[in-house]
Amino acid sequence: MKVTVDPIGCRAHGLCADLLPEAVRLDEWGYPVVASGPVPPGLVAEARRAVAACPALALRLRKD
Amino acid sequence: MTILPPHHLDLAGHRRRNGVVPWVAYHGEDGRDRLIEAVAAADLRGRGGAGFPTAVKLRSARAPRSVVVANGCEGDPLSHKDAALLTLSPHLVLDGLQLAAHAVGAGEAVLCVHAGSPVLPSVFAALAERDDPVPVRVEEIPRRYVASEETALVHYLTSGDARPLGKSPRPDERGVRGRPTLVDNVETLAQLALVILLGPQHYLSARRDLVTVTGVVRRPGVVEVAPGAPLTAVLAAAGGETEPVQAVLVGGYGGTWTSDFRFGVSGIPAVYALPARACGLEYTAKVLAFLAAESARQCGPCMFGLPAIAADFAELLRGGPSTARLARRLPPLTGRGACAHPDGAARLAASALQVFGADLAAHSAGGRCRILERVA
Ligand code: SF4
Ligand code: SF4
Repeated sequence: MKVTVDPIGCRAHGLCADLLPEAVRLDEWGYPVVASGPVPPGLVAEARRAVAACPALALRLRKD
Repeated sequence: MTILPPHHLDLAGHRRRNGVVPWVAYHGEDGRDRLIEAVAAADLRGRGGAGFPTAVKLRSARAPRSVVVANGCEGDPLSHKDAALLTLSPHLVLDGLQLAAHAVGAGEAVLCVHAGSPVLPSVFAALAERDDPVPVRVEEIPRRYVASEETALVHYLTSGDARPLGKSPRPDERGVRGRPTLVDNVETLAQLALVILLGPQHYLSARRDLVTVTGVVRRPGVVEVAPGAPLTAVLAAAGGETEPVQAVLVGGYGGTWTSDFRFGVSGIPAVYALPARACGLEYTAKVLAFLAAESARQCGPCMFGLPAIAADFAELLRGGPSTARLARRLPPLTGRGACAHPDGAARLAASALQVFGADLAAHSAGGRCRILERVA
């Protein structure tokens, strides 16, 4: 599983970086930079939660 | 083989020069297969910049009631090859468009050019001479840099909004009005026509790419070069340099600076030769400001990142210490927009910092350039 961001949908709310700091950091304008590698198995549930919390539905979890 | 004739060819002239498409050989469902086979055998790749194998695209857009779009919107200010093609040899493009439409089974073909483009008279004159099985509609697209991006074209044709749509769904799955859509650059279509007119074997041995050469060369304009030709050969095809050249911008505004003239040019629409007496940083700063203004302002990294790096370059010119900030800002710009616009700007900026080390040192030491004479 990989975390991705829909760049057009994202509104820089920044919630994702709070909920999933292991895989998401924010750039200087508050937009997420996601780790390119797969989400470690232990983090998948957390990642699902972050995806569900994104107010813009811009954070996704994708099978790679 | 040369692709561009010296002046506009009407239908009769085109047929005399390039021949007639052997339609009977590609009749029916088997014919479509053979057509795509021929394109694959010729190893034809997209000439719009991405270099994707055309046969793969044709295969994936094969679907009933699909749409074929010829992309003649040349957004890059340094590239004129598509305009040259549509002005001088529109029938070659239209033959390619009909062949592509046949290959995917499309019932609808659209030729997109920028609104008010000078190629329109030549295109309409050519269409009036033809009686094509698949009717071709001409669409005038707003004159924006990113409007020529593939998903932006599809978005515009569906909704009148010329902003890119992002990476999924791909146009070949869901494109114009939800239909599978093949988008090919007009040069790609002209090359496709040549594959069929010459046969893949002859095409492979005679193949030439169109490249726009500008800057300090004797005959700026569109030249034809063998794929992979070194920069020295590309500049020579435009008459050679008129004065010492410091570096060449390869690939247009979203391209790469290089001072290695053995650099092989492949799949590149345009090169610009910067004279030694010009400041590379200044030129790059101007281009970055243009690219920043052309962002479709949909994606944060593009909307904020491009103006930021353009401002960093403007600061560099004033002798400001923005190199460290650029080194930090540039890497995360790549791959984070819905289209490749920010990637191109980041590539250009990074290559400028590498190639123009002398200019960089001069600016940071004195707040101004080693160059005193401005080049327009
Ligand atoms: S929570 Fe959603 S909208 Fe906010 S920064 Fe993350 S991806 Fe973007
Ligand atoms: S990356 Fe820039 S130009 Fe491309 S869609 Fe996003 S905002 Fe528009």
